[in-house]
Amino acid sequence: MNGIDALYLITGFAIMAFAVLTLTDRDHPRRLGTTAFWMIFGISLAFGQWLPDVVVGLAMLALALLAATGQLGFGNYGQLSDEARQARRKRLGSRLFIPALVIPVGTFLYTLTTGQSALVGLGVATVLAFAVALLLLRESSATGMQEGRRLADAIGWAAILPQFLAALGLLFDQAGVGQTIAGLVSSVVPDTSLIACVIAYCVGMAVFTMLMGNGFAAFAVITSGIGYPLVIALHGGNPAIVGVLGMLSGYCGTLMTPMAANFNIVPAALLELDDRYHIIRAQILPALVMLAANISLMLLLAF
Amino acid sequence: MLSLIGVAIIVIGLALRLNALLVVLVAGFSSGLVAGMSPTEILAALGQAFTDNRAVSLFIITLPVIGLLERNGLRDQAEHLVQKLRAASAGRISFSYLVLRKATNAFGLQLGGHPAMIRPLVAPMSVGAAERDLPEEALSSPRFKALSQRIRVLNAVSENFGNFFSQLIFVASGGLLLIKSVLDKSGASVSLADMAMYAIPTALVSLVVVFVLCRRLDARIRREQQLLREEYPQPSGQANATPGKDTFTTSATESHS
Repeated sequence: MNGIDALYLITGFAIMAFAVLTLTDRDHPRRLGTTAFWMIFGISLAFGQWLPDVVVGLAMLALALLAATGQLGFGNYGQLSDEARQARRKRLGSRLFIPALVIPVGTFLYTLTTGQSALVGLGVATVLAFAVALLLLRESSATGMQEGRRLADAIGWAAILPQFLAALGLLFDQAGVGQTIAGLVSSVVPDTSLIACVIAYCVGMAVFTMLMGNGFAAFAVITSGIGYPLVIALHGGNPAIVGVLGMLSGYCGTLMTPMAANFNIVPAALLELDDRYHIIRAQILPALVMLAANISLMLLLAF
Repeated sequence: MLSLIGVAIIVIGLALRLNALLVVLVAGFSSGLVAGMSPTEILAALGQAFTDNRAVSLFIITLPVIGLLERNGLRDQAEHLVQKLRAASAGRISFSYLVLRKATNAFGLQLGGHPAMIRPLVAPMSVGAAERDLPEEALSSPRFKALSQRIRVLNAVSENFGNFFSQLIFVASGGLLLIKSVLDKSGASVSLADMAMYAIPTALVSLVVVFVLCRRLDARIRREQQLLREEYPQPSGQANATPGKDTFTTSATESHS
């Protein structure tokens, strides 16, 4: 078994542990629904590559129905009182930061020394940080899972939205959304105008990234549909500059769309914001400024 | 044009604030039907893509560690430390984080992220800095809660701008490799080092944009703090009489609820 499969297994089992703890939580107002949600998701994460694809598709349907019918809720996580937590904070002081720093530093060192993917490094470093935290805090691993469950419930169904959106991107691709968009744009752009072509490419990258939620998915479609034929081949733009600024224009789209849930929607849940779209709203104007900057830089540098 | 039906469903569904998971599935099914797939084929395609993209959910593995540290006062400690730093403000903390994120990202390091850095460290430090010297009742007021949300939003914005507008400076980044493979296939060969260099101007612009946002947030915080001091006057000027004293009493969970 390779490292990444092991990491899927560990993460999947942790999520299944959240489900079991929910099942034993008598105070939970949505006990069965929340248990089912995390159990199904944990199984799909741990064993996805061995399950038939149709079964995983049905699991997605079940997860969406559980979430849409309001079957998820918050339980009793055995939280400490404010006084008890403050007392522990005073005793531990800044040593509390050690396990938190083991995750990024460990990921970096592991990736550097083994040359494996950063994801495997993240997994190894997190397991190490968990062990360090248990020793330092004198907590049990059951309490650790209880705390993991608390945060997972706080994020709720938004936690699995990024994976749903990635699956949607594939079906958009099958339906030919990209070709339609590229065709629409290139049919309205007056291709004799350099400025119009550059704007069409950069705005096209941003808009298509907003639809797909992912700049990488947009890049191949919009670059072969608009960027290469109009900006590079027709007007002689420097391909390296056009390419990199085109991708950066796509990233401006990422900042403005709920389709990029892992950057905009999941953090809103993690930071306990009242409005799921608050981060997106705050990013629209700055992202448009960045898009204008990318267009200007392309016009200035690539020709 | 029919191929855009999935896009239309997403836009309408999210605008109506329907459950996003369900909207995504309906949009996926519609797109699949337009592409001439059978329902079973669509389910299989969704399932396969769901499995292929499990990596985006691996952040969940960090939650038990972060949760354990929060239980033992990590966020309180971050707030506590920042209360001692007179020069620290929410905007300055966000901007410092942005610079750190960009500097490490340019070398290909993923040192950051919303679950590992923003929630446990950057957000409580930023909110803690804004709480400094405010009377306790003011911290549970709707005005401060709204301000606290704005601060956390800017923290998230710094993370995203730091991540997106510097990752292409790293020569072996996934983004540059993708650009190269697409352009090489089209017949325009490009070098990774050239592209990495031309990612720098955008990174600098984003630094200026976030700097302006941070300055504006700090100005807003000062205004709101002034209003809060007027709304919740301290008996006999206690707050200002002991500026260096540890006034930290509010819990992180309260101020983040």
